[in-house]
Amino acid sequence: MSDPSEQQPAPAVLELSRIAKAFGAVVALTNGTLRLERGSIHALVGENGAGKSTLVKIVAGLYRRDAGEFLLDGESVDFASTAEAKDAGIAVIYQEPTLFPDLSVTENIFMGRQPRGALGMIDRRAMRQAALALFERLGVRIDPDRPTLGLSIADQQILEIAKAISLDAKVLVMDEPTAALSGVEVERLFAVARGLRDEGRAILFISHRFEEVFALCDTVTVMRDGAYIATSPIGETTVPEIVRQMVGRDVTTLFPKQEAAIGDVVLEVEGLTQPGVFSDVSFVARSGEIVALAGLVGAGRSEIARAVFGVDPYASGSVRVGGRPLPRRRPAAAMAAGVALVPEDRRQQGLVLESSVARNATLAIRRSLARLGLLTTAAENASARIWASRLEVKTASLDTEAGTLSGGNQQKVVLAKWLATGPRVLIVDEPTRGIDVGTKAEVHRLLSELAGQGLAIVMISSELPEVLGMADRVLVVHEGRITADIPREQATAESVMFAATHAAGEAA
Amino acid sequence: MSRLAHVLKARETGILLALVLVVVATTIKNPAFVFSGDGWRDLLLTPSILMLVAVGQAIVIVTRSVDLSVGSVVGLSAYLTGRVFIDLPGIPWPLVFLIGLVFGGLLGLVNGALVAFARVPALVITLGTLYVYRGINVMWTGSDRINSSDMPREFLALGTGSLLGIPWLTIIAVVVLVIAGWFLRTQRAGRELYAIGSDPAAAELYGLKVTRRVLAAFVVCGALAGLAGVLYAARYGTVSSQAGSGWELDAVGAAVIGGVAIFGGSGTVWGAAIGAYLLLTINRALPVIGVQDFWQRAVVGVLILGAIVLDRVLAVRQSRRLTEARES
Amino acid sequence: MTTDIGTAPARAYRDYAHPLWRRLLLRREAAIIGLLIIVYVVAALTLRNFAAPITITYLLLDVAPILFIALPMTFVIITGEIDLSVASVVGLSSVTLGTLHQAGLPIWVAGVVAILVGAVAGAVNGFFVTVVGLPSLAVTIGTLALFRGLAVGLLGTTAVTDFTEFWTDLAKSKIPGTPIPSVMILFVLLAIVFGVLLHFTPFGRGVFAIGLSSEAARFSGVRVERSKFVLFVLSGAVSALAGIYYTLRFGSARGDNATGLELSVIAAVLLGGVSIFGGRGNILGVIAGVLLIGILGSALRLAGVTSDVINIITGALLAASVVSTSVLAWIHRRRIGAGIKKGPPAPAQV
Repeated sequence: MSDPSEQQPAPAVLELSRIAKAFGAVVALTNGTLRLERGSIHALVGENGAGKSTLVKIVAGLYRRDAGEFLLDGESVDFASTAEAKDAGIAVIYQEPTLFPDLSVTENIFMGRQPRGALGMIDRRAMRQAALALFERLGVRIDPDRPTLGLSIADQQILEIAKAISLDAKVLVMDEPTAALSGVEVERLFAVARGLRDEGRAILFISHRFEEVFALCDTVTVMRDGAYIATSPIGETTVPEIVRQMVGRDVTTLFPKQEAAIGDVVLEVEGLTQPGVFSDVSFVARSGEIVALAGLVGAGRSEIARAVFGVDPYASGSVRVGGRPLPRRRPAAAMAAGVALVPEDRRQQGLVLESSVARNATLAIRRSLARLGLLTTAAENASARIWASRLEVKTASLDTEAGTLSGGNQQKVVLAKWLATGPRVLIVDEPTRGIDVGTKAEVHRLLSELAGQGLAIVMISSELPEVLGMADRVLVVHEGRITADIPREQATAESVMFAATHAAGEAA
Repeated sequence: MSRLAHVLKARETGILLALVLVVVATTIKNPAFVFSGDGWRDLLLTPSILMLVAVGQAIVIVTRSVDLSVGSVVGLSAYLTGRVFIDLPGIPWPLVFLIGLVFGGLLGLVNGALVAFARVPALVITLGTLYVYRGINVMWTGSDRINSSDMPREFLALGTGSLLGIPWLTIIAVVVLVIAGWFLRTQRAGRELYAIGSDPAAAELYGLKVTRRVLAAFVVCGALAGLAGVLYAARYGTVSSQAGSGWELDAVGAAVIGGVAIFGGSGTVWGAAIGAYLLLTINRALPVIGVQDFWQRAVVGVLILGAIVLDRVLAVRQSRRLTEARES
Repeated sequence: MTTDIGTAPARAYRDYAHPLWRRLLLRREAAIIGLLIIVYVVAALTLRNFAAPITITYLLLDVAPILFIALPMTFVIITGEIDLSVASVVGLSSVTLGTLHQAGLPIWVAGVVAILVGAVAGAVNGFFVTVVGLPSLAVTIGTLALFRGLAVGLLGTTAVTDFTEFWTDLAKSKIPGTPIPSVMILFVLLAIVFGVLLHFTPFGRGVFAIGLSSEAARFSGVRVERSKFVLFVLSGAVSALAGIYYTLRFGSARGDNATGLELSVIAAVLLGGVSIFGGRGNILGVIAGVLLIGILGSALRLAGVTSDVINIITGALLAASVVSTSVLAWIHRRRIGAGIKKGPPAPAQV
């Protein structure tokens, strides 16, 4: 029996227990559980849709939980706003920092809390000194007077961290912080994180990149399908173990791609370059093939896809479809040539959320649906009905606002829109992000069938199991360049990850 | 960039220089423009009333809003001033300044409440209040007009008199400008206005009291327009129901010329004030240098377009420079 | 090539979530059209002379320019932009017509040139907004002043008034046997064209998509910049057409014609159910909005109420219509997104 006078272990700084959260029909979390200790860097991993993001938003005070316990330093809390969470000492650094672009770096850190002097006047000198001190503590060099506009993502993140420290945050959540960082910047971030840990703060590190997780973190928690799976000290687990916990089943049997006859080259990209984004990108896609573009988040794959489709510009290089060159910067021309792009951001780029399912499904073919120049709702509904049935979209009616559908069904509507154009080349960017498992399988089956019918498919994906299962060839992108072109038989998690994290020609 | 270079490159310096150039060029053509008894006075006096309105408008624009009702507020307040003198004879005229200020502030409160609480776009709401306030003005005025005989001499003397060569009204306007400029630069609440205009979503996330600040911005804008109405009455003596008509667009134009970004987040009230001076001085200078004053509006239009194109070019160039510096 | 996938039987999807009557009733335009009918009936019953032919004639003659300009303005606002320079283009067109007429050109030639001038003015707006990338609010505040300045500058304080009676009478003429001015024929034709364009063509679908999400529209192949440019040109051309009518109706070409008209147009369009945020609107609703303001004005004038009260009511109606829209939108958001607060751009996961 324990001695009652013996000191109880200090409570974890943050403890979440069986947190549940649903948005209407969409269940995001069923069992969110996490125990964050002081002076620790704790990794949170899981596939897309595992519920990590929802959990973080509850911690940040953006959402309120439906059920479960949320303890901060042993006391139960329920934040009604992000301001309350901030006051309580929780700081979140998002992938896309939210700063005030017109204001200086210093003002961004201290907005609303500027040091004051006589007459309530802001003491700019003291503020500047404080900013400099913060930067020094973080080991970075940023001019405190410069405008925030134009700062690199890495510096913006440092700024967010500086904000958090100035608030004396005891919990820092970093959501995919290294997504847009170069190698040097990642090292700098890690040094800063270790320093914060040594000060006794707790860091929650969300990342897809296992080698970073193993390099930086001391504990790792895995989530899957909205529920807690396991927590292990980093020394007691391995990458395959974590992957297994994340995926929950044997990787290789999950996404079988049907065998398809691989035909002629349909899409030819040559020497595509956009300074600062991607350079000298060349690849081909053949009819019947699924070519995966793998790589770390932020490697430039979406940018390449957008440039090929014509939404983004490129400085040099060429794109050819069926042998004919495509003019740059003209999505309409790409569509006419038979190219379709299912974009990365479903809600902002893939769908017009406030428009109906029917309108969304027919937006890309609206011209061809018109008779004598006139387009009727009846014609739109007829086309939408066909495609929605084929893809088994679950919706109350064709008139329902697309924004109210679940993630999986939204993605189906986007696919329906593009399949209706009868494309020759289908580029899909993160096709199963944020989708439930069942719909994921449907989408994979669909892509397989489409390839079987002769489409050339370019699939951008950050999920290794998906890449390895679906692709005939894996192109790996690293910092804007293609570093590997791996045929299916030789594609393994290791070979892909290696190419994704090293420049071409680098040794292991 | 050193402080001196910073100041020299500032937009405010540029338009101040432009203003000086215009005055110098016009004076060379006709020395009476500045060197006559009325010339100097009018040079300083006439734009100072618009300047007040432009300062208030700038404060609202900084928060990524706009107030189209200020012209109607000026008119209503000018008429109120006259009526107060008529209906409450013997009222001390300093009190009337206060009344105008408060009255304008209340009118601004209506706008602010609808924009900040009901989250209605400012363009539409202030379009509505532009109509409503002007309608009330016309209804109240009826077929009357305020004449200078209705107002006490000391009040009117203030309108046209000077202290050490500087018109009283200009002094009042400049004092207000200095206070506004000081507040926006040195007070937390002032800086928060810029934050709200720079990124409203980030401001909410940050926990800034956005509703309160936006409401205050509209109240101040209305108050300054109300004060401008009192000044109008003092200066011109005659107030019809159309006083202040069209001033809202002039105020926005002055702010834009002065470097206040139409989407908020940057610019100063100093710029808006100089913009107001530049706008009206050019208008008065045109006939002197031989351009028929019919072309005034066209010149204003070119200035506004030029200002926003310049802003855009500078922004693109700056962003390119910063990105390149980052890449290297 | 057709893609044929899935062996699932075709689902029976409902076309609409709600029955027709509910859909029609819930639309914004229903409220305005309903209000219009109520006001008209009340006015006709309580006011002597309201239903008199001459009242209707003058009502329509007065409101015609606003009716015309409201058509392209609807498109512009639906795409999320705004055009404050329309009244100045009316003035510019008026001056062009007068100047060319004075120079001896036949009216119809002068008219064509005036419309071209309006189209060029619209193209200037379109250029600054779509090519240079400036916000339309700021640009059209500038062109409002510029175009008005050009108009006033060209004619000065003079006015051209020696238009032949044939044309001025034509502008004021009525359809034989009715009190409806013949200019309404032109309007109805234009309204049909614009209405069909907005609601029944691919271009119109694109316009709505741009207003709701210009990014998603761009990703779906909609030519956002080109569409907006075209709309600004249309706005200028139709404003010029309204300017021709205005000039001939009053028999006077002046640089300051129609000053302030832009606010009436925008107020009427917003009242007619078009959302200032873009993406929503209906031509019928807009026509009802213009007529509502016109009828209210006419009725109040007949009732002896002065024009300022009319302004007050217009302003209050405008404010009420947007506040109610905001409130409805807030309720809608609460219903579908319970518990979701606005956050930063969504991170990688759901």
